[in-house]
Amino acid sequence: MQNFDMSRYKRRRRVSSLLMIGSWFAAITGLAILGLILFTLFWRGVGGLNLAVFTESTPPPGAAGGLLNAIYGSVMMTVLGTALGTPLGILAGTWMAEYGRNSRLATTIRFINDILLSAPSIVIGLFVYEVMVVTMGHFSAWAGGCALALLVLPVVVRTTEDMLLLVPDGLREAASALGSPRWMVISRVCYRAAKAGMITGVLLAVARVTGETAPLLFTALNNQFMSTDMNAPMANLPVVIFQFALSPYPEWQQLAWTAALLITVTVLILNIVARALSSSRIKKD
Amino acid sequence: MNQVASVATSAPANSITASALRRHTLWDAVLKHGTRSAAITVLLLLGGVIATLVQGSWLSLSTFGPEFLTTEKWNPVSEEFGALAPIYGTLLTSLIAMLIGIPISIGIAIFLTELCPPRLKRSISTAIELLAGIPSIIYGIWGLFVLAPFLQAHVQPVLIEVFAGVPVLGTMFAGPPYGIGIFTAGIILSIMVLPYITSVTRDVFETVPPTLKESAYALGCTTWEVVRKIVLPFTSTGVIGGIMLGLGRALGETMAVTFVIGNAHKIAGSILAPGTTISASIANEFTEAETALYTSSLISLGLLLFLITFTVLAIARLLLLRLQRQAGK
Repeated sequence: MQNFDMSRYKRRRRVSSLLMIGSWFAAITGLAILGLILFTLFWRGVGGLNLAVFTESTPPPGAAGGLLNAIYGSVMMTVLGTALGTPLGILAGTWMAEYGRNSRLATTIRFINDILLSAPSIVIGLFVYEVMVVTMGHFSAWAGGCALALLVLPVVVRTTEDMLLLVPDGLREAASALGSPRWMVISRVCYRAAKAGMITGVLLAVARVTGETAPLLFTALNNQFMSTDMNAPMANLPVVIFQFALSPYPEWQQLAWTAALLITVTVLILNIVARALSSSRIKKD
Repeated sequence: MNQVASVATSAPANSITASALRRHTLWDAVLKHGTRSAAITVLLLLGGVIATLVQGSWLSLSTFGPEFLTTEKWNPVSEEFGALAPIYGTLLTSLIAMLIGIPISIGIAIFLTELCPPRLKRSISTAIELLAGIPSIIYGIWGLFVLAPFLQAHVQPVLIEVFAGVPVLGTMFAGPPYGIGIFTAGIILSIMVLPYITSVTRDVFETVPPTLKESAYALGCTTWEVVRKIVLPFTSTGVIGGIMLGLGRALGETMAVTFVIGNAHKIAGSILAPGTTISASIANEFTEAETALYTSSLISLGLLLFLITFTVLAIARLLLLRLQRQAGK
């Protein structure tokens, strides 16, 4: 202990404190940015929020108007995407958790699904453009919905598989021992046990596609007027934000901010509900 | 448990007739093969994406050959297309994003695992993860109206002045301050990759056995030394996996970049100048592309982007998978 070098120790302490202050600073920066983005959104978005936003269609340059057609289009295409992507995703996830497990096919699909999960969404847009828009000869809301379905799919596959794998094998064995056939074990025992987690997955998938813009740019395109024809180009909030924000007209820019606020609030609510669902499940266990 | 027991006994026990058995066998087969074909569909979709992109880009690739990758020229009028400027922009913006994003993300992860008061830990984690949920177009509109003017007025003039006359750095930060450009896009991307890298890094930091860290503290290590010599070496694979995951996002990110990059098909020496990325070129020009060759060239860009991100993401997944297997043992 006599030759304990105090100055060296102090220097080590200083280096450590300095870097830990850096780490505090990083955390504060992260939170500050989140706060700043949300603050800007509310500050610039709330000003344009009025009844007309929900009752009128997007205006021509320089006129007042709303976002009705874009909101309708976004809802329709999100619903279509979810309706197409969810069942397929749940089935695929079920196979991987219940039948495939560690087989080579399941490992490959898991890997491919993870790649699809993080693949650039604009590439998905190009794929749907080539397959649907070129074949049909025109842009359409159907194509937009399919592009979104391709983004919903990997999220649902992943969460379904993860949640089913959390169900203890003892439960499956108990059900089988009581004489249940496999399909009943899966549908009546495993699905029930994993329900909250699977719903969380679907909500997160919906949250993900709600703000997706890139794949809609050249599938659903945009439409300045109210249209309920799924076989024609359809307005949607993200593409409206893209067009209006980059325009020189203040009315359009204001609508873009309002649309951005609507999307963000929707996405945040979906995320928070999903989180609450999955954490309430953990508490019950 | 009651629920499970009551369900399991109710149906099969009371009627084991031949027709019931047949029905169950049928349903078993339906479910097994139904789910299997759904799983294979996922596999086929990826194959379909690649096949479609190759088919779509065939015209352009056969016209320009490998020179497509090394030509800077992008002229829709004379129909000469080269991918060099978008490739350069994609790589450079991602590099800037990583240089800024990695230290901050790891800093936040260290904060969350080593320093944060337990009461705040959950809410801060949630807040950072909510950043990941915000759609990219929101970052785009925020970048265009808030970040770009701020950088133009307060940051870029300072950078230009400080580095003026310094070799290399002087060219890198040459004016004028446009506001939009490669630099701004890099900063937006660094904000966007932050939550991805942070959440993976935090998760792998938490796999470090507490006894290891406690032993190091008992030997007199400072917090930083524990992080540097115990936590980081123990988790290096996972951290790199997380970084690659973030890089994959940055390379493919479209809308946020499209808003602030300026869409200029040229390679400028200065990183403050406008440029373009692969995804921004596609987003900006695809619906305006009139000729088959123009469209095909843009799809070639898409194919290129897909191959780059596929490689990066595959490496990330393999690293993380290896870590999982280690933890499993």
